[in-house]
Amino acid sequence: MSELFEIDNLQIQARKEDGTPIPIVKGVSFKVKAGQVVALIGESGSGKSTISMATMAYCRPGLEFPGGEVRLHGKNILAMDPQDQRAIRGNNVAYLAQSAAATFNPAITIGEQVTEAAVLHGTLNQEDANKRAVALYHALELPDPERLGRRYPHQVSGGQLQRLMAAMALVSSPDLLVLDEPTTALDVTTQIEVLKAFKKVIREEGSAAIYVTHDLAVVAQVADHIVVLYSGEVQEQGPTEQIINNPKHPYTKRLMAAVKPTPIAGMSELVDDRFDRDKPNIEVRNMTAGYGGIVDGKPVITVLRDINVKIKNSHVVGVIGESGCGKSTLARVMAGLLPAAKGEIFLDGKELAPDLKDRSREELQKVQFVYQMADTALNPRQQIGDILGRPIEFYRGLKGKQRREEVAKLLQLVELPIEFETRYPSELSGGQKQRVNMARALAAEPEVMLCDEVTSALDSIVSSNVIKLLQKLRDKTGVSFVFISHDLSTVGSFADEIVVLYAGRVVEQGPVDQVLSPPYHPYTRLLISSVPELRVGWLEETMQKREMAVGIARGVEITDTGCPFYNRCPIAIEGTCNVETAPTQEPHPDHFISCHRTMEEITEAENIPQKVLHGFEKAAPEGDKAAAAAH
Amino acid sequence: MQRMVIERILIGIVTLWVVSVLVFVMTSMLPGDVAQIVLGQSATPESLAAYRAERGLDQPRVFQYFAWLGNMLTGDLGTSKAGGATISSLISGRLYNTMILAAIVAVIAVPLSVALGLMAAMYPGTWIDRSLTFGTLALISVPEFFIATFMVLIFAVNLGWLPAIARVAPEDTFWESARGLAMPLITLIIVVAAQMIRMTRAGILNVMNSPYIEMAILKGVRRKRIILRHAFFNTIGPIVNVIALNLAYLVSGVVIVETIFAYPGLAKLMIDGVQTRDLPLVQATAMIFCGTYVILIILADVAAILANPRLRNPK
Amino acid sequence: MSDTTQSKDDDQDKTIYDELPDAPPKKKLKLTWTGKLGVVIVAFWVIMVVIGPWVAPFDEADIIADDSYMGVMSVTEGEGLHVFGTDYLERDILSRILWGARMTVGIAFLATLLAYAMGVTAGIAAAVKGGWIDMVLSRVNDAILSLPTIMLGLLIVVALGSSIPILIGTAAIIYASSVFRIARAYGQEIMVMDYVESAQARGETIWWIIFREVLPNAAMPLATDFGLRLVFVVLFISSLSFLGLGIQPPAADWGSMVRQNLEGMQYGSLAPVWPALAIASFTIAINLIVDDISAKSGGDLAKKMI
Repeated sequence: MSELFEIDNLQIQARKEDGTPIPIVKGVSFKVKAGQVVALIGESGSGKSTISMATMAYCRPGLEFPGGEVRLHGKNILAMDPQDQRAIRGNNVAYLAQSAAATFNPAITIGEQVTEAAVLHGTLNQEDANKRAVALYHALELPDPERLGRRYPHQVSGGQLQRLMAAMALVSSPDLLVLDEPTTALDVTTQIEVLKAFKKVIREEGSAAIYVTHDLAVVAQVADHIVVLYSGEVQEQGPTEQIINNPKHPYTKRLMAAVKPTPIAGMSELVDDRFDRDKPNIEVRNMTAGYGGIVDGKPVITVLRDINVKIKNSHVVGVIGESGCGKSTLARVMAGLLPAAKGEIFLDGKELAPDLKDRSREELQKVQFVYQMADTALNPRQQIGDILGRPIEFYRGLKGKQRREEVAKLLQLVELPIEFETRYPSELSGGQKQRVNMARALAAEPEVMLCDEVTSALDSIVSSNVIKLLQKLRDKTGVSFVFISHDLSTVGSFADEIVVLYAGRVVEQGPVDQVLSPPYHPYTRLLISSVPELRVGWLEETMQKREMAVGIARGVEITDTGCPFYNRCPIAIEGTCNVETAPTQEPHPDHFISCHRTMEEITEAENIPQKVLHGFEKAAPEGDKAAAAAH
Repeated sequence: MQRMVIERILIGIVTLWVVSVLVFVMTSMLPGDVAQIVLGQSATPESLAAYRAERGLDQPRVFQYFAWLGNMLTGDLGTSKAGGATISSLISGRLYNTMILAAIVAVIAVPLSVALGLMAAMYPGTWIDRSLTFGTLALISVPEFFIATFMVLIFAVNLGWLPAIARVAPEDTFWESARGLAMPLITLIIVVAAQMIRMTRAGILNVMNSPYIEMAILKGVRRKRIILRHAFFNTIGPIVNVIALNLAYLVSGVVIVETIFAYPGLAKLMIDGVQTRDLPLVQATAMIFCGTYVILIILADVAAILANPRLRNPK
Repeated sequence: MSDTTQSKDDDQDKTIYDELPDAPPKKKLKLTWTGKLGVVIVAFWVIMVVIGPWVAPFDEADIIADDSYMGVMSVTEGEGLHVFGTDYLERDILSRILWGARMTVGIAFLATLLAYAMGVTAGIAAAVKGGWIDMVLSRVNDAILSLPTIMLGLLIVVALGSSIPILIGTAAIIYASSVFRIARAYGQEIMVMDYVESAQARGETIWWIIFREVLPNAAMPLATDFGLRLVFVVLFISSLSFLGLGIQPPAADWGSMVRQNLEGMQYGSLAPVWPALAIASFTIAINLIVDDISAKSGGDLAKKMI
């Protein structure tokens, strides 16, 4: 009996200039049964995306299929003529790409793009396709389903677009759904919401799926079967339970080791006191910042409000929050790249000019900024030796042989070979570039390094290596780090202190162990419970939790009054939280939480019966509301 | 969006003002004394002085500029030295000839080029694409006077089908005027279409690298629809811009064609004006050319703004 | 926690599972046969700019032939063979074309170089400095662009007289405005890159940013554009010559050679065709090279359409 879908000894190759083949996929085989979800897991370069496109007999320009078969219902689609292959794409096999924002055509309405495949392949007429699309919007819990189709892609949020991609893929009821890293670019809370929607729809539609990702924890939630890939070859495959609980292959074990742990108190290893760790290093006081110029002492678009953060010598301070919360803005203000509208910045107790143009060279030297994307942060026309040598020469006046020696030391410090000196950034891998990026900041011998999401664009193993490097650097150099991330478990694993930002305000800050243990600010709790765990069934369990129900169903609203988290908070008090600014409480020394609830109430939040306020109808039945009122 | 359109128009007005300064400065640089040229060699010093006073030529240049600008804005283009005819009367006939030629060329060349450009992009690497790419490349690489003379050689000298010199006369029948205009028309269509075909193709292929094009391929969309619906709608801005530039060229840049075919258009009028030092004429025609260019570019920009759903439908 | 053993394990694993490169190494620029043909033709004319007068069989101004408009491969007694025949003044066409390379290609090259010096300086300055400098430069530039090129050339040449330096200056000013636009666009694109901001944050001077960060990254696209601009300048100067405003006789240049011999066509002479072909061969060759370098990027995905 033939399987629904089968890849048999698939080979894909590129070619060098002289025509010699470079194998990309080297004889991969796996099967997908009807209704089954198979995960392809591996890092970038493993060939997983290339394989996922081969399911539609498609390969990117420059690649070719020298051998192997891709069988759908027993027929080899690689051998079909192009018109038949086209008839399969978007009809029998549908594809969901990683970045919905780039994959939606900006000039065409959402509705037309979602229904296009079904109408073109003749599965449905336009009217039925529209109806089906609206039904899918409902199923995917998208807002305003009836009118959504008339909008353009730029008018909806990233998480919504990602779900719309699912609607686009499902509209023609494909036999096989291929999802290529569909949640990688999303915030944790958005990721859960999208995962939940995908899982539900796949189950309801009964279609088989191939789920491509580098994140084992995500795979554990959705897949029945896992295929582990490295460098175009299958390392190991088997049922999800077996791979997760009993990995055999060393590479799978490595992947498992790189999975981020659930953030808990005590996960961070504190350093010894080799450096004077009490001296304050950089501090911002009552700072407000934003974009679009300043009118009446306030920025036109306020991003950060009234921020107070202190970074002590040789400390790692993690700044955490979802995209748009202003965490990168905070680092840019400290670096002087974006002058604050209000408030002061101090460096070693001395006030710093808001704009970097007015800062002295010494001040610039002491505060170094590390960009998120090493690709754009390193000049593609300069060799690594020049990229690292320039700050050495510029700040420290070292030239010639001395400069070269320092470059060699730096490369050694970030664990790169000295030969890299003469290479250009494009000749390095993503993780290597990120190391150079950090080495350039270190070259200035700074006191503070502001790291803006330096691990976000990296695969899990590479990212965990970079984190290890950062820990070593802190121990060796005594530099303080401001580590900006949307990933609480990464931050929790090596920060001394954590600052939690929400909608431009600090909602909680303090030593890492205190922030990661009760009492939590309700938003911190939401973040902690959103980090996927490496076990089957985690997603379902988490969705039962009350804070999830409210927290992920609503988006961030930037408000001028009250607590910014009000509309997503499970324990919000109507009439108070949405009106008055939350008071800042200090449950432990140096641990601050901004909330209207008392610490006792927050601690007991787990035990407060499910009650959701201010008209969250779906998750809050009438009885609960009454209970809330009675409380 | 409205703000962007208004901003665009304001920038256009500023540009036109800068143009007026440039044109005035440059025409004043032309050698020769206007009074001397107008009144001829026999003029007495008194009559020269009187002429200068009458025209305000003894005033400082800045005053002259503002007087000229004021007159222009009120529609008074001045009088030509040649027989004292008003510039407007001199220009109107020529402007009509230029516009007729430009309009016919545009009506034929624009749809033709966009269609051929799309076709080349639809079948990249095929013989259609290759011949179109190489043909247009050859055409834009050759001076237009060569194309024009080549046309004459073929159609007028060798085949004898068409007159070598353009002819426009109001009493001509339709066929006579068609025959009379054929040579400049064919030449201009070739020159303009080659440009536009290349730019349309390049514009389309430029967006063909976008992820949403790959998505369309993966959805099983046919090539015709990918080009016409997915790629073309994202290329309207650049294509409209190229069309506008070519239309501006048809109004102001056709000196060579007008010269070769002795076609009485505006460009030739300006050349004559330059050669006879007829400053008011040169200034007026130059302002018409620049005005056309600026207006066409504004229209193209506004069209690009309107064609962009991001700007049309704010969040 | 046993940190040491942990890291040992890691190191072991690292040897087995190295971090994979992001993408296959970039392919080096490789010209197709059309591009190579372009290079050969351009090289030929560049050599002729240098040695043309020495390899030409006759002097550009020599009136040597027996007759005007002699045909291809005609022979004049005592003087020799006229490969491309003779022109209206009984001069050898091949010799004049070889001499003319110096005028047409040489002048166009100098003018383009000058246009680039002006356009890139102003364009990068506008992009780097921004603000009112950008505003003023851009408006003046728009104004120059709005003037039809031939008309502008005509005005300047009539006002200042036609000489080779003026011709070069005129073409340079006219084409500097389009170079400005492109240089400014590339400059603005590069100015928002993180590595530029990083240099600014380091406290680097504006000169460092222009010469070390922006220009090296704009060089390649600008070099491609240089080729196209050179083509336009060749055509522009030829057109001016054709109108009688360019290079003055008896110096040979391809544009005026076409004009002067036009009437020969009526007698079936190919005299105007040869210089026109010289222009076309040079401009097409440059375009072939430019196409090979730049047009590659687009069509790849398009070929995947069914």
